[in-house]
Amino acid sequence: MKRKGTGASAAEWQLTLPSLGWLLVFFAAPSLIIFVISFRTADVTGGIGGEWTLTHWRAWSDPHLLALLWRTVWISLAATALCLLIAVPMAWFMAGCSAFWRNAILLLVIIPFWTNFLIRVFAWKAILHSEGALVGVLRSLHLLGAGDTLLYTPAAVLLVLVYAHLPFAILPLYAAAEKFDFTLMDAARDLGASATRAFFSVFIPGIRGGIGAACLMVFVPVLGSYLIPDLVGGQASDMIGNRIAQRAFADRNLPEASALASGLALAVMVAALWIWRRQSAEVKA
Amino acid sequence: MKKRRAFSTAITIGALVFFHAPLVVLVVNSFNTSRFGLTWDGFTLKWYEELFRNREVLAALWRTLKIALLATPVAAVLGTLAALALHRHRSRLQQAHMLMVQLPLVIPELLMGFSLLLFFVATGWQLGMTTIWIAHVTFCISFVTMVMLARLQDFDFTLLDAARDLGASRWQAARRVLLPLLWPGVLASALLSFTLSIDDFVITFFVSGPGTTTLPVQIYSMMKLSRSMPVINALSALLLLATIVLVMSSHILIRPRRS
Repeated sequence: MKRKGTGASAAEWQLTLPSLGWLLVFFAAPSLIIFVISFRTADVTGGIGGEWTLTHWRAWSDPHLLALLWRTVWISLAATALCLLIAVPMAWFMAGCSAFWRNAILLLVIIPFWTNFLIRVFAWKAILHSEGALVGVLRSLHLLGAGDTLLYTPAAVLLVLVYAHLPFAILPLYAAAEKFDFTLMDAARDLGASATRAFFSVFIPGIRGGIGAACLMVFVPVLGSYLIPDLVGGQASDMIGNRIAQRAFADRNLPEASALASGLALAVMVAALWIWRRQSAEVKA
Repeated sequence: MKKRRAFSTAITIGALVFFHAPLVVLVVNSFNTSRFGLTWDGFTLKWYEELFRNREVLAALWRTLKIALLATPVAAVLGTLAALALHRHRSRLQQAHMLMVQLPLVIPELLMGFSLLLFFVATGWQLGMTTIWIAHVTFCISFVTMVMLARLQDFDFTLLDAARDLGASRWQAARRVLLPLLWPGVLASALLSFTLSIDDFVITFFVSGPGTTTLPVQIYSMMKLSRSMPVINALSALLLLATIVLVMSSHILIRPRRS
């Protein structure tokens, strides 16, 4: 029994231990195991071997893998930027609405947020399909050549990534815009700023907490996306997540998959820390 | 100023159409006789009939519900306790606790699924219903905790002190005062956990073994084979309906105190 020495009372431990214990065993330990197993040899039966090795980490010097990593990063950056471009004006609009419309729009944003991820991707797969309605319309308008397809391209991956993650950008930005003091905008206008200038110099800095949260909530999950490139992307739009799944399932080489997953985990940590540090630095300033 | 408002209105309407159009197309096509949904060939229920005759789908549905029903109460209890601890105490321990609760919300699902797979393989655990259940409890805890933390913001803890002053034991105060007042929040977060559990694909995909296909995993393999697309439409439409009902009920449970 842990007692007062740690600074926490017995009552606090009783409340904390069930959830903390569960998360330490089934979340923290498995996450650390990724790093350990990445230094293990693979076993022929698809299990984990008994010896230590650096082989799997050497895979990171493979130019193909670096290209894949680069693609993953730029797709994630592009998806984050597009989400912000749509979500910031939306947050601005929602904050200026009456309570009724605010709640109505919020509900319309939350419904797709809770809808099954797989179904939403599937809906797009059907729309972008070469025999689907959209391709037919675009072809008849000559916007799409007879041989061109929408599905299985990096553009399709980006489109569906934005679709799936947009609510994650809208919700924190709306929360920040709702708290924003709009009289500051009037003050800026009275002092002679143009509407655009006021928007960029007063509103945007005013909601930067929300912008940071939105970046974190979009960029980090997109970095690890697997399902979307798997279903609507082709060979040319694979992301790091697809490679991890391929090593884990098709090749059944768990240590090599671990080395890749460790790289992804490190990238996620760096991105999260960077966004978080910037935010706390700004709060202090 | 007017112009900027017009711009943001257009973006908002555009985004809402963007959100819902694919879902509407999907539901409409589930009643469409045409196989590819390129044209409207007339109303039909045959895809739904085909769906209900599909034994694999029904077995997967049953497994999915079983896991959700078993994972939800455990996550609700653990998450509620976590929220109480985080709300009442400010200590180093709670900082670490909060980090453990929040990290699963940000980390890509792929990493969580893969790390659990490794954990189960390394500890020699047979993949199956139990491993799926463990994974589901794990990711639901964070959601329950965050919902309950928000609810506790307007909970009056002096009521508990009052009960204690009037001679109630700690346990009595918790059961007679705290629990009835927190109940709507617990129920709301349980409904959300249930929704998350029946919807999860990525994590489940990693930790499910042979013969333990859940509904989303089943949908995925049907999609991969690109067969029976309209049947997936029908199944998706039903799942969509279930999600909306669950989320709306949860919403209503959280609401009334505010209005």
